[in-house]
This record gives sequence, structure tokens and C-alpha cells, in this order.
Amino acid sequence: MKLIGKMIQLKINDINVTVEQGTTILDAAKKVGVHIPTLCHLNLEDFGVVNKSANCRVCVVEDEDTGKLVPSCAQEVKDGMRIQTDSLKAVMGRRTNLELILSNHPQDCLVCVKNLDCELQDLAHELNIKEIHYQGEKMSHPKDETSFGIIKDTNKCIMCRRCVTMCNDIQTVGVLGPLKRGFDSVVATAFHLDLNQTSCTFCGQCVSVCPTGALTETNDSPKVWRALNDPKKHVIVQVAPAVRAAIGEEFGYEPGNILTGKVVSGLRRLGFDQVFDTNFGADLTIIEEATELVDRITNNKTLPMLTSCCPAWVQFIEHQFPELLDVPSSCKSPHEMVGVLVKTYYAEKNNIDPKDIVMVSIMPCTAKKAEAARGELNKDGLADVDHVLTTRELARMFMEASIDFRKLPDDEFDDLLGESTGAAAIFGTTGGVIEAATRTAYEMITGKELKEVNFKQLRGIEGIREAKVQIGDLELNIGIAHGLGNARKLLEDIRDGKSKFHAIEIMACPGGCIGGGGQPYHHGHTEVLLKRQIALYNLDESMPKRKSHENEMLIKLYDEYLGTPGGHLSHQLLHTTYSPKERI
Amino acid sequence: MRNKILDTSTLDKELLAKLDAFIDSLEGDKQEHLIHVLHKAQELFGYLPQNLQLYIARKLDLPGVRVNGVVSFYSFFNEKPVGKYTISVCMGTACFVKGADKVLERVIELTGANKNEISKDGLFTIKDVRCIGACGLAPVMTINDKVYGKVKPGDVDEIIRHYRSIENES
Ligand code: SF4
Ligand code: SF4
Ligand code: SF4
Ligand code: FES
Ligand code: FES
Repeated sequence: MKLIGKMIQLKINDINVTVEQGTTILDAAKKVGVHIPTLCHLNLEDFGVVNKSANCRVCVVEDEDTGKLVPSCAQEVKDGMRIQTDSLKAVMGRRTNLELILSNHPQDCLVCVKNLDCELQDLAHELNIKEIHYQGEKMSHPKDETSFGIIKDTNKCIMCRRCVTMCNDIQTVGVLGPLKRGFDSVVATAFHLDLNQTSCTFCGQCVSVCPTGALTETNDSPKVWRALNDPKKHVIVQVAPAVRAAIGEEFGYEPGNILTGKVVSGLRRLGFDQVFDTNFGADLTIIEEATELVDRITNNKTLPMLTSCCPAWVQFIEHQFPELLDVPSSCKSPHEMVGVLVKTYYAEKNNIDPKDIVMVSIMPCTAKKAEAARGELNKDGLADVDHVLTTRELARMFMEASIDFRKLPDDEFDDLLGESTGAAAIFGTTGGVIEAATRTAYEMITGKELKEVNFKQLRGIEGIREAKVQIGDLELNIGIAHGLGNARKLLEDIRDGKSKFHAIEIMACPGGCIGGGGQPYHHGHTEVLLKRQIALYNLDESMPKRKSHENEMLIKLYDEYLGTPGGHLSHQLLHTTYSPKERI
Repeated sequence: MRNKILDTSTLDKELLAKLDAFIDSLEGDKQEHLIHVLHKAQELFGYLPQNLQLYIARKLDLPGVRVNGVVSFYSFFNEKPVGKYTISVCMGTACFVKGADKVLERVIELTGANKNEISKDGLFTIKDVRCIGACGLAPVMTINDKVYGKVKPGDVDEIIRHYRSIENES
């Protein structure tokens, strides 16, 4: 039950407003349709993410009674208050504050990755800034381009601290924070270490909320262009489940449009030799993971088993809970599975030297960039996946090639590693992996057909969820967490021997991969993520097959090549190991 | 270990034991006592190198960046070794207007140490600080606890010579 607090009456721009005590002026204004610009403020309510640093002062409004400017995002309403958002004083105040922020900004928008997708730039436009009346000393921090996932360009930082909130409060990784003070103050890593010397998971959640170009993904498209231009290279691409539900947003589609067919034909136009589906890898992951789960349950091995398809989460457990490395499943993530099969199964079938293959993954994720560089994920010295591009990077490549995405025809994935089921489609959302695994585990354990494939009790967006699923005589206890702070709670229970679960699904990003660090920016609008989620469940619903083990090309793969699930070759190719890492 | 500076195993074991004992003796939520712990650590080790900050972070179960944030926020914490004498030149407005920058320049020249650095002979650490509340005496410079007011760049020679000579005698 939600207690209703005292109601407060005030006037905003002479409009009467009544709101609950504790409401900010910003929210009260929203209620009556009055827009106030903001910059540092961020409120992803559905995911419990709120950044309240209130330090940019771009949201100031005038309190008529005191004549003072107050930050509307932080100031709570008071009875009888009279607020003007459009008085000359308020307008000039906001301008001045924004100009001050801009005065030491590099202002190289033309060549910035965030050009036309930057909240600072948008505000400069919205506040009609055509001249900056202040000259600030520019910062001159070195750019950290050493990691495989994220570029940190501190000189573009406006100290809004959204990333600090994400990394500390939501992800509880604690890599980014404020250092020093006054003019020297900066948001950085401890001792200004490079990100890859820290326990950064490369989840990219800091990137997804940074309003400027201070945190962005590494740009790997030049390497992919080079490969595509090299006639000796056989360049293969695969597309992750969550990409198809979001890429349209970069081309003006409403969130929640599934555009698989256009992505496939666009990729062919870019010149990729084969276009495969990471969803095939997702189905394969389910077979291997369900086999492992059944084995762990029936043979009294380590429980709970944790899903391992999210590399940021894997990185998190390695750094934060190095004593628990026997709980995650040993399965590689789906795109790594597809990658290794391309360089073995596909290469052998087509008589191609795997050295000539360049494997590219299109992912919603910055952590997969770092994952692809992991030493464990290679065979005979060849990386399973060579390059990872985010959804945003692919959209930029389409633009660069002047491919009119909206006019692209629908096309289909190439056969060999291209078929998939509805179970794979929902890998992109929190709860999806474990639902897919349950569908398959059910039939594996009982030998009976599963009639109702929708496990609604596993769905939703609450940060931690739990459900019981009856499988024959076994009551399976399932836990789900998304956001690493939530994952931490479940891990602490496991460490303390208090966990009651058989299996737990963990995804690092709020919402799962639909909210990944490489997805089109949501700019604070959580309904975007919810629409992507609904789209994936609808896609699942629309598929003729909805259980991973019914994927025919997959059955063929086991018959022709791998042998049995969890068997020798599967282990060699599809499973991996983890190693303890330091916490910094 | 990817980064030597962060290797906590090179820290002096005896001093660490004392620091541990201090931390263990703290009542209640230890994270709340971060500043105390840092003071104690600086008292024991003389300064707060990165690996020591990291050690404290892990001991108190805090992110390294949080500890580093606090250390770098307060000017009384030193991240680098400090000399026997800390020369702080006030750069507050009043002092600046009266030529504190020239004083600082001279200090740097004479000691051969830059801002926030230690001189080669280990005697002096140089700092520029914000207003220390003695504006009437501007420009102001302090050496450890001793305050020098109305300092002219020319005075610096004599002051430094004084500290050098104490050292030579002992
Ligand atoms: S990528 Fe994730 S873990 Fe790394 S700094 Fe950003 S929010 Fe923190
Ligand atoms: S890096 Fe980006 S999100 Fe973080 S404080 Fe700077 S501008 Fe804000
Ligand atoms: S939840 Fe998905 S997008 Fe986010 S880090 Fe994990 S795998 Fe990447
Ligand atoms: S948006 Fe209110 S202070 Fe930044
Ligand atoms: S400005 Fe130097 S003491 Fe106040």
C-alpha cells in the first residue's frame, strides 16, 4: 500500500497545481505540461535509477516570492509557492549556467561520436545559445582508449555524475567516482587508472546515461570496413536478439519494432559474405545449459547454477566474488558459440581456412567487445569472434554507406547457423534466458511434451524476482536478477549458504540486453525499454517453434558434428573457464 | 598483478599490523571512519601511496575510487612522500593579489621541487593552498606549523637557508 502524503498547492506560471508533499518543482511542472530543461537529472523510475546530484543548475526557475533561482529538479514544492519557469530571470539564469558548462567544453561536436545524439548539444540548441560569453580553461586529461569496450574522454565530462550513480548505486561496481575538488575536480577511476586496470565490467551502463561524449563505446567499425574491403577475407556477421528490437529507433521508428529482415538485407548490402543469427547460438546455449543444469541437479553437483551469457556479469563475479567461480554455468555466451562454430563447423563444411574468416558480432552490448578479447575464448590461437559492433555502430555504418534503412527489403538469415526458435528471441530481456531454459529442461527431465510454454511468473521488470516451476516431481526454484546491484544480493546469499535456488538468471543491464550499453540511447525514457521487451515476447509468440531443442539446424549440428549435448566436442568448443580477478 | 603501484604486498608488514589494529578497534560502521583511518595511515606511513589506499579500501569494503576521492579532496592528505618541512604558499585571493605567485615561484626555484612534490634532498614539500584565514598578513606562507606573513619573494632565500642550516647542524 502506498501512503498518500499531504497535498501541497502551488502555482507554476500562474497555473494552479496540487501535488503530494515531497514532489519536486520539476515533477509538479510536468504534471501541468510545463517543460523545464534539465541536464544532470536522470530518473529511470521503473528501474530504481535516480541521479540527484543537482549540480548543473540548468533547470533553475524563479521563486516569485523570494526572487531567487532554485534548481527545480531538487527543490521540493511548498504550500503557496509561486514559480515562474519563463521569467526573464529564469531564462537568463539557465542560459548563464549552460554557457558556463560550455565554456570549458572542447566543442568539437562535428567529429564527436555523440553528434546529433548529445543532450548537451540539444540543450545548447534549445536554450538558443549562439555565443559563449565566458572563456574557461579547457581540461587536458588524456583520453583512455586502452580498453576493448569503452572510451573515456574526460575533457567532455560535465560532472553530472550520472555515471557515478549507475556504476556505484545500481551496478555496485564502484569504478567511477569524483576525485579532487574545485576547478581540478573530475569524475574518474581510482588513481586515474585505465578502465581495463580496474574491475570495470564494461556493462556500458555509464555510457548509456552519459549525456555527452565523455563515455562512449570503442569504435570498431574501421576494422570491420577494412575486413570487408579485403578480398582475401571471408567476413561473416551475426546479430543478437535485442538488436532487432531497437535498431529501428536510430532511423525514426517507434521503439518496439522488430526489424530483423531489414537488418539482414542491410548487412548483405554492406558486403558480408554470410549473415548468421546469434539466436541460433541462443538455442544452442539453452541445450548446453539445460543439460548442465539437469546434470548438476541429478548428480548433486554445485547449485544454484547461474546463467553465463552476460559477459559483464561474468566479469563482475570474477572481480567481486572470486570464491564463487564454480556457480556460473561453463557455457560460452551465444555469440561466442556461433563464432567458434563458424571457424570450425562452417569452415570445414565449406573448405575455408579459418584464418581467412573474420567473425563480426552485432551486439546491444559494450561488454561483448571486451569479452571477445578474452584469452579463454579462442581455438588454436584464433579468436572465436574478431570484432564486436554495437547496435549504434551498425546504424552508423548503414548511414555511412548511405543505405536507406527504411527502404530495405526483408531478407532471411543464411541457413547453416540461421534458424531459431521463440525461446531464443526472448534472450534479449530479463527473464528470457531462464524461461527458455525451463522449456527445454522440462522436456529433458520429464520426457513429456510441455503444453504451456509461457512461464509468465518469470517475466516482468522487478530487479529481483523468484518463481517456482513444477517439473515432474521436482519443484524448481528459480531466481532472476538484472542490474549488478541486484545480482550482488543473490550472490551474497549464495556465499553465505542461504540461497534456495536451483538456477539463477543474471543480466548486468537493467531490463537485460534490451537496455544494453550499446543500444540506441533511451535518454532517460524507460518506456523505450519496456516497448522493446514487449516486442521480444511478441516475437516469441509469433514463432512456429518455441522450444530451443526443436531447432532443426541445431539437431543437425549435433548429429553431423558435435555429438551429444555436453559431450566431448561440445565441451571443447562451447564451454569456457573463469579466473579470479582483483577488485580495484 | 597488472600494475605494480597497486601491489599491496610491498607495504610494510609491521605498520600494516598497527593500522589493522587501529581499524579493528573502531566501533560501529567502519566505513564511516574512513577519514580517521586515513589520518592514522598517514601518521604511520608518512603519506598515502596508491597501494595503501587500495589496502584501506578493501579492508573497509569500499571502492578504491571512493578512498581516492576522499584522499584527493583534502589537501592534508599526501599521495606522495612528503619532506620534513611542508611549505604551503597561500593562493587565496588576498594573497594572490599581493604577489603570492612570485613567492611560490621563488620557493620552487630555491628548493628545486615543483608543486605537490618533494625536493631531492627530502627536506621540503611544496604546496599551494587556499585561503588560510590570515588575509591581513597577505601574502602568507607556512612551514609546518610556523606562519610567515607579508612575505616578499626576496625573503624566501633567508627562510629556506634557515631550515637548511638547522638540518646541517643536526
Ligand atoms: S562499464 Fe559498467 S562497471 Fe564499467 S565503469 Fe561503466 S558502469 Fe561501471
Ligand atoms: S562522464 Fe558523462 S555521465 Fe559521467 S559525470 Fe561526466 S558527463 Fe556525467
Ligand atoms: S545484459 Fe546483455 S547487454 Fe548488458 S552487459 Fe549483459 S550481455 Fe551485455
Ligand atoms: S538538472 Fe537540476 S541541477 Fe541539473
Ligand atoms: S588569501 Fe591568503 S590567507 Fe586569506
